[in-house]
Amino acid sequence: MPMYSEKVMEHFTNPRNIGEIEDPDGIGEVGNPVCGDMMKFTIKVKDGRIEDVKYFTFGCGAAIAVSSIVSEMAEGKTIEEALNISNKDVAEALGGLPGNKMHCSNLGADALHEAIHDYMEKQGIESK
Amino acid sequence: MKSINLDYTAATPVDEAVLEAMLPYFREHYGNPSSGHNLGEKPGQALEEAREKVAGLIGAGQVKGSKIIFTASASEANNMVVKGLIAAGKKKGNHIISSAIEHFSVLNQLKTLEKEGFEVTLLPVDRDGLVEPEKLKKAITDQTILVTIQAANPEIGTIQPIDELSAPAREKEIPFHTDATAAAGWIPLDVEKMGVDMLTLAGDQFYGPKGTGVLFIRKGVRLRPLIEGGIQELGLRAGTENVPAIVGLGEAAKIAAREMEERSKKVASFRDRLKESLLKDIPHLHINGHPEKRLPHNLNISVEFVEGEALLMRLNMGGIHVSSGSSCTSQALKSSHVLQATGLSPELAQGSLLLSAGKDSDEEDIPYITGQLGQVAEQLRSMSPLYHQYLKEGKDNANVQ
Repeated sequence: MPMYSEKVMEHFTNPRNIGEIEDPDGIGEVGNPVCGDMMKFTIKVKDGRIEDVKYFTFGCGAAIAVSSIVSEMAEGKTIEEALNISNKDVAEALGGLPGNKMHCSNLGADALHEAIHDYMEKQGIESK
Repeated sequence: MKSINLDYTAATPVDEAVLEAMLPYFREHYGNPSSGHNLGEKPGQALEEAREKVAGLIGAGQVKGSKIIFTASASEANNMVVKGLIAAGKKKGNHIISSAIEHFSVLNQLKTLEKEGFEVTLLPVDRDGLVEPEKLKKAITDQTILVTIQAANPEIGTIQPIDELSAPAREKEIPFHTDATAAAGWIPLDVEKMGVDMLTLAGDQFYGPKGTGVLFIRKGVRLRPLIEGGIQELGLRAGTENVPAIVGLGEAAKIAAREMEERSKKVASFRDRLKESLLKDIPHLHINGHPEKRLPHNLNISVEFVEGEALLMRLNMGGIHVSSGSSCTSQALKSSHVLQATGLSPELAQGSLLLSAGKDSDEEDIPYITGQLGQVAEQLRSMSPLYHQYLKEGKDNANVQ
């Protein structure tokens, strides 16, 4: 078993915001079963702010912890702020991730960004 | 907290009697078996006794001119076979036959050899993990210098028909090796009935100490040593013998041979009851490996819609220790080559768990194990996009290749 930080174990044990928003403003899906991790993020946006974030995740301990903390980090942020959350920020917020998990399981920010881009596209907002 | 080991394939504890047998060789009989004086006598005798005990476990006791060579691991023994045979160069040729589900100590060597210009045939397996003898026969060419097929697979437990697989090689006088690491101590092995020229095993799979491997070599097979130096181990492995460990290996082999029937029956009963209990209480489980031709202590399941490392970690929190063939649990981040070779879908390979029993596994623990796995599977499924997709569309991903 890889050595996970306390923060990773805490989020893995009690993941926040699991679920799927009904009638979401944006949907972001990344990963596939071949690589071992899949995430589906749904967001609700109000007045340019992320009002609600939910996700479903298929994956290892790191992938679940990443999804959970990304949902926390994104909530209440403007879409510009949320687009600035990087995979590196996520890993740092989790107290670090084992080296071999940095690329494969650290997909949370990507899934969130996908959901935001989906929202922007639907709203006809140009990406900057 | 409860601690239930369902990962005896990773390690078995050293038996009490094995440890007792080893202890005098650390301090009392600490001499070097190669010494010409009295201090070497007892350790030297102990080595030979251990050889006989190991030979007894694999039916090699009466095989004239054969050798039992002690190594530090099964991996070393497997390396000795491939590298030693090529270095000896008795039979000329550049073709080796093996299977797609061998241990990495065989496969990685073959990969290297391929880069160096060797031809390698990795025979496929069917969905139960069996190699087909007819395919092996057809793969043999006049360039084939070695066939190496494992006796049983440590991950899915499938037992190969080694006697049938070795026959065509024997006909053409091509050395046949079997890696019996997962099988030794759990199912009867007989080098004569199996028709093998070389056989690998390791003591830590059957309650012997770690760091003990064995290579059986039939008369007439010539190998060059991997480790050159003194003439220990009949000149096939230099370096002062690890006498206490070898004594422990011998003792473990003796006990395993004596108690095999009872042990196998007990672990098979535990395994079968566990399987029934899991299948009864947890939906969407798949059994991997052969339904009958499998190691008695081996159970491999896939928990659909979830990933193995997450299962492993959650089970660990409840004191249950298992292993998985998912990408995330491997250092190389690739899902099990064994499960892939059986044609299992990526989803199911990711959700695979290896549950291996030991002689002390207790059937009274089964309700707790089933309860924990059921709970963990439910928790992880409730957050799995694959599960929710299934609930929506009724689409089962299990059979997607």
